[in-house]
Amino acid sequence: MTSDEATANFNKEYKYGFVTDIDADTAPKGLNEEIIRLISSKKDEPEWLLGWRLKAYQQWRKMEEPRWAHVKYPQIDFQNICYYSAPKRDIEKPQSLDELDPELLATFERLGIPLSEQKRISGVAVDAVFDSVSLGTTHKETLERAGVVFCSISEAVKTHPEIVKKYLGSVVPVADNYYAALNAAVFTDGSFCYIPKGVTCPMDLSTYFRINAEETGQFERTLVVAEEGSYVNYLEGCTAPQRDSNQLHAAVVELVALDHAEIKYSTVQNWYTGDKEGRGGIYNFVTKRGKCQGVNSKISWTQVEAGSSITWKYPSCILQGDGSVGAFYSVALTHDKMQADTGTKMIHVGKNTKSTIISKGISTDSSVNSYRGQVKVLPSAAGARNFSQCDSMLVGDQCSANTFPYIEVKNESAILEHEASTSRISEDQLFYLQSRGLSQEEAVSLLVNGFCKEVFKQLPLEFSVEAVNLIEMKLENSIG
Amino acid sequence: MLKIKNLHASVNEVEVLKGLSLSVNPGEVHAIMGPNGSGKSTLSKILAGHPGYEVTEGSIEYEVNFNQKNLLEMEPDERAKEGVFLAFQYPIEVPGVTNLNFLHTAFNSICKHQGVAEMEEAEFEKFAKEKCKIVDMNPDYLLRAVNEGFSGGEKKRNEIVQMAVLNPRLSILDETDSGLDIDSLKIVADGVNKLKSANSAVILITHYQRLLDYIQPDFVHVLQGGVIVKSGDKSLAKALEEKGYEWIAEAGAET
Repeated sequence: MTSDEATANFNKEYKYGFVTDIDADTAPKGLNEEIIRLISSKKDEPEWLLGWRLKAYQQWRKMEEPRWAHVKYPQIDFQNICYYSAPKRDIEKPQSLDELDPELLATFERLGIPLSEQKRISGVAVDAVFDSVSLGTTHKETLERAGVVFCSISEAVKTHPEIVKKYLGSVVPVADNYYAALNAAVFTDGSFCYIPKGVTCPMDLSTYFRINAEETGQFERTLVVAEEGSYVNYLEGCTAPQRDSNQLHAAVVELVALDHAEIKYSTVQNWYTGDKEGRGGIYNFVTKRGKCQGVNSKISWTQVEAGSSITWKYPSCILQGDGSVGAFYSVALTHDKMQADTGTKMIHVGKNTKSTIISKGISTDSSVNSYRGQVKVLPSAAGARNFSQCDSMLVGDQCSANTFPYIEVKNESAILEHEASTSRISEDQLFYLQSRGLSQEEAVSLLVNGFCKEVFKQLPLEFSVEAVNLIEMKLENSIG
Repeated sequence: MLKIKNLHASVNEVEVLKGLSLSVNPGEVHAIMGPNGSGKSTLSKILAGHPGYEVTEGSIEYEVNFNQKNLLEMEPDERAKEGVFLAFQYPIEVPGVTNLNFLHTAFNSICKHQGVAEMEEAEFEKFAKEKCKIVDMNPDYLLRAVNEGFSGGEKKRNEIVQMAVLNPRLSILDETDSGLDIDSLKIVADGVNKLKSANSAVILITHYQRLLDYIQPDFVHVLQGGVIVKSGDKSLAKALEEKGYEWIAEAGAET
């Protein structure tokens, strides 16, 4: 390979690695009460929320960084991170996305997420989050007509304080874990979504997260509340520039589904992974949890995890309502020196609750990919059912895959099934397919699609195409 | 259609083929026989383009529609698209991918390359089911993952189904008879006979003469120590069966 080709390949590998040059309003590095007060005042928050943040901070200080995950990284210096960075704009906030700084509009357009009125994607409403702030949401009017609230969480604190106050921290408590507590203390923005009773959200909702500033963490907080009998399909995407230093992304997502409501939450995570030697990349330490609070409610998590140097993430469901249903569909791809420890927790509380776990891990190069999942059936959960399937695919012989299933059953009527497998894409397999007339790309795509199809079919169509392309492109770089 | 000249090749820097030459014309069936380690499988892998083998000297010309091509410069999939087919000695399992999907993708990419109309899934399924009959394979196998959980005999049959579907010009059957019981051997051989045509050629690579009772070769070559030491008609195979490979070596020493 010539150096030009190498560069071309490298660029192909991560086309979102560019940096937007924009004036930012950035808080000094370090974490203390002053910084938290600063964030709160920048956002013009009510007193109760500042109190909530400070309480979280006090608890976080007493907690210890979790070390049980199967990942290795140097101690994070939390005082060397900047906790707030927002593009500068007029004091009078622009009301329309069209009035945004053209540099920002161009950034999102380059990411494939046009925001301006003329170009925006029809059928999907987008909340664009850039570093610490939401730039705004598209299709607001259409959603408002249906009674759906879709805005940044900072805005929701002002416009719908009663809902935010009622549900914030109700699924992921302030001191749930180290990173959730950190997030509660310093969260800057994220999406808020409220679907009223009986409403099927007229379009898919989507949040696109972009980290831009250097040495800045992103701590977004998302809250989705689906009232009785409502339905929403939620999509999430993420990218960041290529940098030599690591950046922390510690998000919290809370979902609440009331009686007969359904939330489908899909993520295509493509944060910068670091380079071939493992320099740089995002630490993706995320807490995502949904509560099926009402009877017969449903929450499903679908994730395609293809980025970040380290992923620590377990989208979970608390199946509280009788007859509620939880699902977790995951494809996690690791390459080069990436490390992923991801999976789910299904907590069966209500009667006749059901959960499904389908996890597909693909490891290449010298990466480490672990599935960690817990299925817990409480004494109250008579008739609970779970089906788990965890498959790993290894490409090459330097990578590794692990499965850590935890099962705890306290009701005899529960039925649990668990299946697991490990396979390997070998040179011989590729040769076999190629010798029948498939190009290397077609061969890889056939193998990966075959392996992941149960997960990909859960994604909305455009997302599914994007996910397939993303995985194929990353694998071609590893295999080719 | 195929001209191999003075082919030298190594695996892991050990020279396995040491100046092999062979010419194959359309309509012909060539049997290549030889003891273990003589280079038979190496030859088949090189013809199909396996990346693990290095050709150090010699050439392979392949003629399609009056065009001369240098086979050694082509990727495995390009060779397949030009009609080269290798029936594997050990067919590979491909979990998660159905036989049908795999064959459909392969079939269409070959059609596309050759400028022939591609087929829709439903039409192709019918077509593929028809081809299963050639080796008496249950068409339900089309919906199973490629070779996964197949018995040795089923895998070999599946190779011939693939050959029937892809309709190659040059087929190389690498020890297709090994591991088959006598009934399966007849079925597989019968399938290959049905697929023979005036425009296509077959190279049979085998240890044993018994396959040649069912597929009549026009030529028999003995490969030993990386070169063809003797060529003849099918009576050569009979002689080998009776006298063993040692006989050739001795005969060679005498002359």
